[in-house]
Amino acid sequence: MQPLGHGAGVSQPLELPRWLDLFVLPAFNLTLALLACGVLVMIVGHSPAQVLVLLIKGAFGSRIGLSYTLYYATTFVFTGLAVAVAYHAGLFNIGGEGQAMLGGLGTALAALALGDTFPAWVVLPAMLAASMLAGVAWAAVPAALQAWRGSHIVITTIMFNFLASALLAFVLIDVLKEPGNMTIESRSFGPGAKLPGVHETLAWLGIDWPRSPLNLSLLLAVFAAFGVYVLLWKTKAGYALRAVGHAPEAARYAGIRPRAQVMWAMAVSGALAGLVGMNEVAGVHGRLLLDYVVGAGFAGIAVSLIGRNHPFGIALAALLFGALYQGGAELAFEIAGFSRDMVFTLQGLIVLFCGAMAQVAAPTLARIWSAWQRRREARAAAAQS
Amino acid sequence: MTSTQRQSLPVTAPLAVRMQGIHKRFGAVQANRDVNLNVAAGTVHGIVGENGAGKSTLMAVLYGSYRADSGCIEIDGRPARIQSSEDAIALGIGMVHQHFMLVETFHALDNVLLGAEPHWHLPRARSRLRTRLEALMHDTGLQVRLDLAVEDLPLGERQRLEILKALVRGARILILDEPTAVLTPQETEQLFVTLRRLRERGTTLLLITHKLKEIIALCDSVSVMRAGGVVLDCPIRETNVDALAQAMVGRRVQIGREDAAQRGAPVAAAKPRLLEARHLRWRDAFGVPRLDDVSLTLHAGEIVGVAGVSGNGQSELLDALAGLLSPQQGELVLSTIGTRRFTPQRWLAPDIARSLGIAHVPEDRQRRGLILAFDAWESAVLGYHDLPRYGPGLLMDQHAMRADTAAMMALYDVRPANPELRCSKFSGGNQQKLVLAREARPQPKVLLVGQPTRGVDIGAIEFIHARLRALRDAGGAVLLVSSELDEILALSDRVLVMCGARISGEMQIADCSEASLGRLMSGSQLEQAAP
Amino acid sequence: MDEVGIATLLASTLRVSVPLILCALAGTLAERSGVIDLGLEGKMLLSAFAAGSAGAISGSIAVALLAAVVVGVLLSMLHGYACVSRGGDQVVMGMAITMTAAGLTVVLGIAWFQQGGQTPPLPDSVRLSNWFTGAAKTLQDIPLIGNLLALGVLGHNAIVYLSLLLVPAIWWLLYRTRFGLRLRAAGENPAMLEAAGVSIVRLRYAALAGNGVLAAVAGAYLVLAQNPSFIPHMTAGRGYMALAAMIFGKWHPVGALWACLLFGFLDACAIRLQGTALPLVGVVPVQLIQALPYLMTVVLLAGFIGRARAPKALGVPYVKES
Repeated sequence: MQPLGHGAGVSQPLELPRWLDLFVLPAFNLTLALLACGVLVMIVGHSPAQVLVLLIKGAFGSRIGLSYTLYYATTFVFTGLAVAVAYHAGLFNIGGEGQAMLGGLGTALAALALGDTFPAWVVLPAMLAASMLAGVAWAAVPAALQAWRGSHIVITTIMFNFLASALLAFVLIDVLKEPGNMTIESRSFGPGAKLPGVHETLAWLGIDWPRSPLNLSLLLAVFAAFGVYVLLWKTKAGYALRAVGHAPEAARYAGIRPRAQVMWAMAVSGALAGLVGMNEVAGVHGRLLLDYVVGAGFAGIAVSLIGRNHPFGIALAALLFGALYQGGAELAFEIAGFSRDMVFTLQGLIVLFCGAMAQVAAPTLARIWSAWQRRREARAAAAQS
Repeated sequence: MTSTQRQSLPVTAPLAVRMQGIHKRFGAVQANRDVNLNVAAGTVHGIVGENGAGKSTLMAVLYGSYRADSGCIEIDGRPARIQSSEDAIALGIGMVHQHFMLVETFHALDNVLLGAEPHWHLPRARSRLRTRLEALMHDTGLQVRLDLAVEDLPLGERQRLEILKALVRGARILILDEPTAVLTPQETEQLFVTLRRLRERGTTLLLITHKLKEIIALCDSVSVMRAGGVVLDCPIRETNVDALAQAMVGRRVQIGREDAAQRGAPVAAAKPRLLEARHLRWRDAFGVPRLDDVSLTLHAGEIVGVAGVSGNGQSELLDALAGLLSPQQGELVLSTIGTRRFTPQRWLAPDIARSLGIAHVPEDRQRRGLILAFDAWESAVLGYHDLPRYGPGLLMDQHAMRADTAAMMALYDVRPANPELRCSKFSGGNQQKLVLAREARPQPKVLLVGQPTRGVDIGAIEFIHARLRALRDAGGAVLLVSSELDEILALSDRVLVMCGARISGEMQIADCSEASLGRLMSGSQLEQAAP
Repeated sequence: MDEVGIATLLASTLRVSVPLILCALAGTLAERSGVIDLGLEGKMLLSAFAAGSAGAISGSIAVALLAAVVVGVLLSMLHGYACVSRGGDQVVMGMAITMTAAGLTVVLGIAWFQQGGQTPPLPDSVRLSNWFTGAAKTLQDIPLIGNLLALGVLGHNAIVYLSLLLVPAIWWLLYRTRFGLRLRAAGENPAMLEAAGVSIVRLRYAALAGNGVLAAVAGAYLVLAQNPSFIPHMTAGRGYMALAAMIFGKWHPVGALWACLLFGFLDACAIRLQGTALPLVGVVPVQLIQALPYLMTVVLLAGFIGRARAPKALGVPYVKES
């Protein structure tokens, strides 16, 4: 089990003070990624400044734009939190895609079974539970294989992503598809299974808000972020999880059982990813589709990396990514030849600079910092004498 | 073969290895301090010392794995610059590491081949090397099955392979680092035969070990290292096992003897038994016994010291009693809270141990005792985070935890007394005090403690000793494992000595003398004190 | 199924397996030296794009191939810099390469060719032609094996035969040369190799260079032989399937070959079998057949059908002690 980034195998003689490590370094890496993307924008013949302005306008400049941004961000919060929880236990969960797919499947099955006959206050909690349980189930198998058979969780979760898409396709095509319908989707859910949109809720409160996919899963995301924070840093269970992630030997000494921690960290992780189902399937489409997840799991990895695996950072990073997705869609309208794929490229560049090359700048930063410290101390000493 | 039958060293023998004034520092630790080493060609020189004494560092400098901060090295009388292991190999120095440097899935022959292939085409390279190896094996009597995968070879054969590897590269000076640590007694005998034969061929041998009997049996001369420096350096015929033992583990401390008369008055009969371990046996993954029929009893109100050269089963004993290691045979009876019996089928676990009032200060405080990346208050509840006083339900009562940490720091004089500071920022001594505070402050019934004052400054040592005595006086039992003999003598009511995975003897403190303990530690005499 | 049916099945198995074989070999080289390679998908994709673009612009197969190889090697060198030289996380790096390549190919494709990310279809002159067609015609009449040889074995393009030849070549490299011995040792016990005076960094970079070339040829094949133009996301997860095949083949070139052929066979079967009832099991959903390679790999990893033992030092950046 290769803990992600817990200094495993990499010697770091110079230790950065916490604020440098948590804020300056990721900001620096993010800037590098944005600069690289800017270069790409120039190569394809557009002006980075123009692109940036249009992006910000598209994401935040209108109420509907903002709504879309938040709607995308909701999904990214779920997948980002999923990666983070597993990370704190020393595991790299790349299976967010598959777990999110299963979450949607679980949501849909509950909705189809209950949505026509029961009222919303019965169906929606059932769907919520189903989405989380499905995600847990899909994460539990790779977790068990890692804990008991030593199978590398990175590989198994990648395999499970493919298995999930095959399973989803099978269920949709062979079980849920309406005969005679050409599109691959299930029938619409009944009225009890519809998660209210934010515009509907605000209208009920007397506020006029444009129609958008933004739905009450937003509240779920906020709650989840807060919940993960409390879980990891305020509960005994979270303490045990982080202990295993940082120092498995010390955890054993403390009587914490590593296997149990692996299982339960991945369970929480899977449940969080499964919540994507609530946002996409329940909140927006109202039926099960084939491609509601596409890329959300991988975006979650990027979000977690920039957010330094902390719920607060993840919330900010998810907002950033939501803005990128929404702004990117706007850009695709405004500028001929511009497509969403620029956002995907930026996503990859972020994983590159904030993930794989995250520590490349660290020694230089540390040197600059200690040089500045020394100069400050020398000046203070000179002032005293 | 006694020392008188060995050849006396000619005074004008050329020195194969001469190291002078070697200094090597790793951060805050002075691993080697002004070390001198003189080894005559064609002799066997032993380098003895406890863990952390600096012997491995010294040999690593000789072999080019580390570069010394200062000092000089001469090989065969000529000054040598050894910047890497390639330089060392070129000078004829070979090393057999304690942890074998072998690729287990490869064949033995391929392991020798690696890095010194005579040809780029493997089959051709293999046949050339095989011829050379077979000649060498015939010459030295070292037998290794070249066509088996290393993972299928027993440890003794793997070690012979390592020696062959070094010899094939032209080693005339061979360093062996703890060669018998993983060998069975039969394999050890075989190794000695091999080494003697190599010496007859003119190879110079440097033997790093902490097994004193081997030094006497094999070496022509010996250096004893302690805390980074050389404390004893003489031909074998001028010393003996007991003297070596005493030189290794420390100066005699008179202080401990003064109140010895007051301590250890027959405790056994009076006080209740808290812990009884019976006939513990445990073999490691290679089949080497690490606990061999070990039994002990702890009574309330006593400190039992476990003396002995480290590596003789003390660590395994502590781990077994703390629930971190499950022996294959034996049983454990704990009478701290009610009576609980543990057998190999269902052994103790650390959390159960704690719930029964057994606390454990581990030998490795940095990897086990603390989580360096956590803040002090988080490490201060390691193992105790589930307690009701730290939160009734799921939530941690961080206020209580922080308050407790502050109290611990005040009581045990941990500096700086800041519960929010990251554990890695504390000095070794303060880290140790924090761990001890966590384990000892709740007044456990039994405290298992390993190397409590390793790397701790003098003032803190006295403080820690006082706290251990206080625990004993309050009716607790302390099992103290330490490689510092003075510490054992200063604190213990009773002393157990471990040697070769067994308890070689047990004595009341009043009956202890350096001589008797030294004999027990070196295993030259097995003794049972009469009650 | 008659002779012609078997032959065509064999032919399509081979064609489908080729990118898998090349990527599995690429992965074997890297992982045997100790570097996890999750970026095969991205390397293959970006190389395919390079081949498609360069082919369309230059009109020459050689230039297309060269472009693909340059791109593949560059990506692998980046992988090496981040992970071998700077100790970056190898898993994350692989993901970064794949994610960036997925977006970059479409962005550049739209910018350069304005066809929604596709490259213009390459004329036949820029694509690989089938070999041995003459011999195939003459052999066709031989009873029993004639059709098998003619339609199944002969008549493929150069890269198909190249990939089959590369299997014994890579085997020979890994098991019969000094370089191969050292490379395998770098993945098992790098400390030992370093102590023997061999540079781990150089070995891993060399392995990555080979990895880059092979992944590039896989990408080039997609455009020069399978599809006349580059289509966004055309690799469709084959990079990961190759990874699964490599693991299934226990990191051995010949094992990887059999695994790739098996997975390719399953892929070729999947569409054919859709809707047809098999004896005993009835109609097998096509998704199950598509999922079989991944399922089998998971079962293998769980240790239920033999043990897949990865190189011991896989994924651990080697740090020298000073």
